[in-house]
Amino acid sequence: MAGKAKNGAEKPNGANLPFLYRHYDHETLRGALRKMHLIRQFEEGAEESYMRGLIHGTMHLSIGQEASAVGICLGLTDEDQITSTHRGHGHCIAKGADVSRMFAEFFGKTTGYCRGRGGSMHIADVSTGNLGANGIVGGGLPIAVGAALTAKKTKSGNVVVCFFGDGANNEGAFHEALNMAAIWKLPVIFVCENNGYGMSTSVERATAVKNIADRAAAYAMPGVIVEGNVVSDVAQAMHEATERARKGEGPTLIECKTYRYRGHSKSDRNRYRTKEEIEEWMTERDPIEMFEAELQELGVIDMAGIEAIRADVAREIAEGIEFAKESPMPDVANLEKYVYTEQA
Amino acid sequence: MDAIIETATRELSYAQAIQEAMAIAMERDERVFLMGEDIGVYGGAFQVTGDLVERFGPERVMDTPISELGGAGVAVGAAVTGLRPIFEFQFSDFATLAMEQIVNQAAKMRYMLGGAVSVPVVMRFPAGSGTGAAAQHSQSLEAWLGHVPGLKVIQPATPHDAKGLLLAAIEDPDPVMIFEHKLLYKMKGPVPEGHYTVPIGKADVRREGRDLTIVATSIMVHKALEAAETLSGEGIDIEVIDLRTVRPMDRQTVIDSVRKTSRLMCVYEAVKTLGIGAEVSAMIAESEAFDYLDAPIVRLGGAETPIPYNPELEKATVPQVDGIVQAARDLVTGAR
Ligand SMILES: Cc1ncc(C[n+]2csc(CCOP(=O)(O)OP(=O)(O)O)c2C)c(N)n1
Ligand SMILES: [Mg+2]
Repeated sequence: MAGKAKNGAEKPNGANLPFLYRHYDHETLRGALRKMHLIRQFEEGAEESYMRGLIHGTMHLSIGQEASAVGICLGLTDEDQITSTHRGHGHCIAKGADVSRMFAEFFGKTTGYCRGRGGSMHIADVSTGNLGANGIVGGGLPIAVGAALTAKKTKSGNVVVCFFGDGANNEGAFHEALNMAAIWKLPVIFVCENNGYGMSTSVERATAVKNIADRAAAYAMPGVIVEGNVVSDVAQAMHEATERARKGEGPTLIECKTYRYRGHSKSDRNRYRTKEEIEEWMTERDPIEMFEAELQELGVIDMAGIEAIRADVAREIAEGIEFAKESPMPDVANLEKYVYTEQA
Repeated sequence: MDAIIETATRELSYAQAIQEAMAIAMERDERVFLMGEDIGVYGGAFQVTGDLVERFGPERVMDTPISELGGAGVAVGAAVTGLRPIFEFQFSDFATLAMEQIVNQAAKMRYMLGGAVSVPVVMRFPAGSGTGAAAQHSQSLEAWLGHVPGLKVIQPATPHDAKGLLLAAIEDPDPVMIFEHKLLYKMKGPVPEGHYTVPIGKADVRREGRDLTIVATSIMVHKALEAAETLSGEGIDIEVIDLRTVRPMDRQTVIDSVRKTSRLMCVYEAVKTLGIGAEVSAMIAESEAFDYLDAPIVRLGGAETPIPYNPELEKATVPQVDGIVQAARDLVTGAR
């Protein structure tokens, strides 16, 4: 593993500090921790609401993958854009969405980000630069490249982040998108969240190369492997990729090695992996626990501060669910609205 | 404003008319740019972009790799973030490689996001048979895309409409798919200079008549007009409607015509079953024009086969003027 030990051995002093602590102030770091808790509690709240029949359809939870969402989005502005995946709740929150409107969307309400037309699989907050989750594996890759083409043509200075899973790297769209981003030197960062599986199929069984990042070589871009559960590692790789993109040097492929705790979706019986494997990740490499330990060790926060964050997030989640419950349903008479742009 | 400016009209080919529309759009709006395979110095497989790269440079007349899915997706991404891309497929058949981005992404993005975005992308598809290019380079897939809410699908039949509809498409906030029949590219016709638009969603009555309504699309409009000319010598008076837009379809123009003529025939090149003819026929059957029908509706469409290579077989695959004359005469004289 490329990452660091759970209880970082080297004592922090100045230059030896991990990237995150050199680059961001304590307030920002506590904010990052809060976002990770917000994602986790949002997922738990969504799961519970689903169990209670308040949310229908299906959903893909990102519990266990919070560090990559938060580490990647930490340095982005609302003008920087992302494309997301079916496992996209965390990306949406990390990019700045309001959990109330996300819950409202899952509940199918008019106050939801997509006015109840999209649900979990199409969750998007365009106002914070999220162009949307996607129901099609690999669907967002070419779109992200197109958004990056806009950034380059308009000289906006924005970057585009394209999140995708390990499963998506075997789609043709992945290869076409990376190639075009490279030949045109576009400001796009491809972020593969390699959680080891595409549904039940392990990366070993599905992908010819050992690391997804190895594929970057075929498109003459840097391929960076990071310990995806370590916020600082993710943020550092992202920072370097962003610098490169903003300087006009083109795309980077970042592979975050991570793990999802829950099943693929609501129908998963977890027959393709062992309990031990799941438990090992949960106890040894939990992204939130590792980050909390690091923050405490470096004196960024103490236990009371952590408790306060958790409680504050719990309140925000409860309020979000309440907001969603109380919001109005869409009017069936408006079924065909938003198919086309309304014109005068 | 443009409408009141008197402009000269001259003869241009269909391909030239399209090229002129793209040039005008690029001059008027810096967000407009072209993407496609070999559309730069090569000028496009059918020379539609021609020398535009010399005028606008390779940034705005962008050659893409041979990546239909990725290229279409890049166009979608550029459109959703504020540009106005025009994506040229080298052949309409290659839409099959890009269906994901066209059908799942471009068409649905606005809806899925509850109206938060628009996708003002234009995709151009050189379509149809008659060039000896056989089964994978000759198809007419407009009904496939016409089946997808969120897309607009047009089929200009003349140089005038090719220019005006393309300009309308570029200015439209939603994804517009344009099927251009390859055999029309060299056809000449009057085209006004400067900027004008032809509205999407409006059919055009190309010829008025009393005895029969022929609803035709694309190149079949010309074949139907030729057939109508022939039959006028026999005292049969045919109305020819150029549908122009497949989605959203101009139902009223067809209904009004059938109420007048009491007979309907649909002529289109795509495979006959489950196509535009079925839609137009069903639409009439559901409408107030149904009671006015004096005869069964007739559809003339493509044969239930891939497009063959042999020129005689290829011709036999799609409706020809003789066949239209025969079928129209039978329909009007009650022989059928
Ligand atoms: C084109 C396509 N094929 C298959 C699916 C069904 N599907 C949804 S998610 C998924 C697994 C994706 O795996 P990965 O990309 O690794 O993402 P993860 O679920 O692990 O986050 C599959 C097969 C789909 N939605 N789209
Ligand atoms: Mg996966």
